Amino acid sequence: MSFLTVEAVSKRFGGLLAVSDASFEVAEGSITGLIGPNGAGKTTLFAIVSGFERPTGGRVLWRGAEITGRPPHLLARDGIARTFQIVQPFAGLSVRENIAVGAFLRHKRRAEAIALAERVAERVGLARDLDKPAAALTVAGRKRVELAKALATEPKLLLLDEVLAGLNPSEVRDIVPVVRAIRDSGITVLMIEHVMQAVMNLCETVHVLAQGRIIAGGTPAEVVRNPAVVEAYLGHGAATRLQASDDRRADEPGGLNRPPQGDAHA
Amino acid sequence: MTGRDLLPIAAFAAVAATLPLFVTAGTWLNFAVFTLIICLAAQGWNILGGYGGQYSFGHAAFFGTAAYATAILQVRYGVNPYPAFAVGVAAAGVVGWVIGLLSFRSGLRGSYFALVTLAFAEVFRVLANASEWTGGAAGILIRLDVRPENFQFASRATFYWVALALVVAALVVTRALERSRLGAQLVAVRENENAARALGVDALGVKLAAIALSAMITGAAGALYAQYFLYLDANIAYGTWISVEALLAPIIGGAGTVFGPVFGGIVLHSLSEFTKTLVGRIPGLDLVIFGVLLILVVRFPPREIPGLLKLWRRR
Repeated sequence: MSFLTVEAVSKRFGGLLAVSDASFEVAEGSITGLIGPNGAGKTTLFAIVSGFERPTGGRVLWRGAEITGRPPHLLARDGIARTFQIVQPFAGLSVRENIAVGAFLRHKRRAEAIALAERVAERVGLARDLDKPAAALTVAGRKRVELAKALATEPKLLLLDEVLAGLNPSEVRDIVPVVRAIRDSGITVLMIEHVMQAVMNLCETVHVLAQGRIIAGGTPAEVVRNPAVVEAYLGHGAATRLQASDDRRADEPGGLNRPPQGDAHA
Repeated sequence: MTGRDLLPIAAFAAVAATLPLFVTAGTWLNFAVFTLIICLAAQGWNILGGYGGQYSFGHAAFFGTAAYATAILQVRYGVNPYPAFAVGVAAAGVVGWVIGLLSFRSGLRGSYFALVTLAFAEVFRVLANASEWTGGAAGILIRLDVRPENFQFASRATFYWVALALVVAALVVTRALERSRLGAQLVAVRENENAARALGVDALGVKLAAIALSAMITGAAGALYAQYFLYLDANIAYGTWISVEALLAPIIGGAGTVFGPVFGGIVLHSLSEFTKTLVGRIPGLDLVIFGVLLILVVRFPPREIPGLLKLWRRR
């Protein structure tokens, strides 16, 4: 029985086919990435998995049972939590109260919910900000609140929609171990991410979405070498030009982790 | 909820309860009872509007339903006023839940929700004005029969204490809500509904619970009104005046706070009474002055006073 299965999911908005026949699986205990160029349909696919959108076709299976179109609050109860790309803090509330809203899902008593919220804040590095209003935090802080709120629902699967977007490199370095620690605590992670450094670092498996279709899947190293992926990001013909430059660089120290040079950027 | 949470409420109750010992003039007690009834209606509005962020312009629908139910059960069916009062409150809750179901399920928010509630209250007003059963335009009169077991008291002070007890009960309910899961989820829905849903909050269920509770508290104010004045017509029970009173008091006093509606209600009514005594003879001038004061109060809200005190204490 697979953990999360997305089966031939399509979503049409009027004349626009945002997601087309997309299928992939997420293995229990993994960190799985969902990448793709802007407008590929990643966020729409996330919205479908988390119950905010109903797919036009296809289905979503969660631990063997169909959950297609189940509303988000029931999915949260089932153990699927999500964060939003554009952070959605409860602006008027303190960080503690923000996280407690998530904690209340499985703890009816206020004292328990607050205690859990404080433990979660500790895990994501917000312990010192508990009394601040959520609106007063930096972007990086608000991303952590977003993460903490979702974690406080004690999920089995955590959907992260670009938690690293808008952070500077040192903030990214700070939060990568947090995400890894979440997985190590037994929570499966599915993340949409643009910051490739983090994807390469964190994900065991990556699925690539382009123009609404899954065009590749595999380990990060396999995927970035896949000509279809390179073309989706960089345009037609880029793959062959890159391959030529990769062959040269593969022999040098640092290998493929160094950025390609010369006309491959075109 | 701990003892510390209840302390300010107990202090308020103790101070307010002594009022009839100092003030014995009928007009002033009358004023005090009326103010408490408005405060209670406003406390109801505060649950849905203040904590839930759903601004209703039609709380008259709940005020009037409970008032009419209490009156009609006594006048037409000979029911004792106490159970009639309870049925009235429950009826207001049911009306609130149904209006909530119809509007929240269709995703109405903000000004659309406000307009729909206003429309419901107006429909009720027109119906109550036309129907024989509610006494039509002539209104409905509860027979004067002053006995405590009949919820009619010889002294205004007794009625004052009854009204105060209900206001205090509503304060306790509000504080309990603030400390509960429902309260946290309600505030989360107010702040960001989609984010709340993602965290497992059943937004529709939470809003329905809030509107039912809100309607019951405002309904209690309506039933109390009927029992105190012993007369109702459609323009009193379902009139826009009570919808406006119910939302103005919390907005002035601090929406989404425990004491906001009571504080705002007292300020508002003291102001309107003050302007009336200020210019006795020229009709309408008091309303002009009241309007100006209202603008000043909204511009410099007294709800900042508790906030300023808190700041000052922290230093």
